[in-house]
Amino acid sequence: MLHIYCPYCEEMREEEEFSYAGEAHIARPLDPESLTDAQWGDYVFFRTNPRGLHHEMWNHAAGCRRYFNVTRDTQTYVIHETYKMGEQPSVTGEKP
Amino acid sequence: MVDPMKKYSGFSLFKHALKHHEDWQKTWRSPRPKQSYDVIIVGGGGHGLATAYYLAKEHGITNVAVLEKGYLGGGNTARNTTIVRSNYLWDESSRLYDHALDLWYGLSQDLNYNVMFSSRGVMNLGHNLQDMRDIERRVNANRLNGIDAAVLTTKEVKDIVPIINDSQDIRYPILGASWQKTGGVARHDAVAWGYARGADQLGVDLIQQCEVTDIVVEQGAVTGVQTSQGFIGAKKVACVTAGNSGVMASMAGIRLPLESHPLQALVSEPIKPIIDTVVMSNAVHAYVSQSDKGDLVIGAGIDAYNGYGQRGSLHVVEHTLSAICELFPMFSRVRMNRAWGGIVDTCPDACPIISKTQVDGLYFNCGWGTGGFKATPGSGHVFAHTVAHDDPHPLAKPFTIDRFNTGHLIDEHGAAGVAH
Repeated sequence: MLHIYCPYCEEMREEEEFSYAGEAHIARPLDPESLTDAQWGDYVFFRTNPRGLHHEMWNHAAGCRRYFNVTRDTQTYVIHETYKMGEQPSVTGEKP
Repeated sequence: MVDPMKKYSGFSLFKHALKHHEDWQKTWRSPRPKQSYDVIIVGGGGHGLATAYYLAKEHGITNVAVLEKGYLGGGNTARNTTIVRSNYLWDESSRLYDHALDLWYGLSQDLNYNVMFSSRGVMNLGHNLQDMRDIERRVNANRLNGIDAAVLTTKEVKDIVPIINDSQDIRYPILGASWQKTGGVARHDAVAWGYARGADQLGVDLIQQCEVTDIVVEQGAVTGVQTSQGFIGAKKVACVTAGNSGVMASMAGIRLPLESHPLQALVSEPIKPIIDTVVMSNAVHAYVSQSDKGDLVIGAGIDAYNGYGQRGSLHVVEHTLSAICELFPMFSRVRMNRAWGGIVDTCPDACPIISKTQVDGLYFNCGWGTGGFKATPGSGHVFAHTVAHDDPHPLAKPFTIDRFNTGHLIDEHGAAGVAH
């Protein structure tokens, strides 16, 4: 059971209140008409699926019902940070 | 072909009994890796070992190594619920899984190793009108594809599984089921070990404790792999690494349409024989069978989040057990012995990827998601053809990675998304 801090409710809540919504920071192409099939397929289906740090979206379904971002380690399941939509992660695994 | 001197038989059992069973031959060698191979298979699970076996047996390619970072059959092969069936909806997938089922039927004889395949029947319950409509559609599609399938009424379900709760007053009453009598279960370890032994006797090197750390690509073609035991050259590299496929792909600089999730299963304490078939329910998400040891083998769902941790959250297990207890009230006081998680590589259309890649000589067999065990023989068989000929086996052609760009998906969520 994960314990997740909702950045909008500003509370630590149990995983069952949340639903997972996949990889974060995938921008919808601004001009879909001009994409090739390969580019569109890449946007729709292909994911980084890393073993390690992962930026992902969660929805606080049984709370504020808002989406937010989480940086979580997919191997240890440690949640490093949660942050609001539109913000950028501060934990990226890259050396400063 | 198994070496006649090493063949398991009543005679060899008798012969070794005279020597107190003290000098049985090793089941397989443990060779040092050679400098290079024609084909390297990454991943020593059921699918990888089956691929090696069929490469050697059907295509005469024996200069092959299987590299396994842990021990043979220690990943998802050891973590599934061993259900075998082929009642998939679409033509493409039903052909693929039915090909596997055909191979299951002769597998113990072919491998000279008892894989304990038991065709005890597989039942998928329907709990509402829409479930029953879907079941009828799928059964009809199956029958058109020559797959044995039938629709059962509640009474017929009860006749086959007398301990099931057929009350119509429960939250999800049983309205009927689909039934594949030719499905069943097999012994997961024996499948891995049987293929390992068969491949080893045909000359394949099985190298355990050898983790691939990089795939070496030069000018768009594979030249070998870096491993924890040094560089090993190869003309072809075939990755059969289930949940870790995305990690392998990133080593070669490509992406896959996969996400890895923990999938949990659990077994109870051993009890006397009580259920002699496989009961599954997609709607309430529960499935159960009983192993030869007597423990109830129960599959839970995947955790929604991506994970590589080989464990999941408890509420997923609780959800499954509440469904099991409603379907089988008499199980409510059975204690659960062990629970575990495997990392499954789920594909957007719940169908596998058996494919060449844009890198020459690099092949992937992945995306089996929650239900790869049943396909082990067929998967290895068609993938071996794909690798040997650098061209997909006819049954594997619809399962290339290109389908995510052409849009020709094979949507098996109804038949595969939950049940295994």
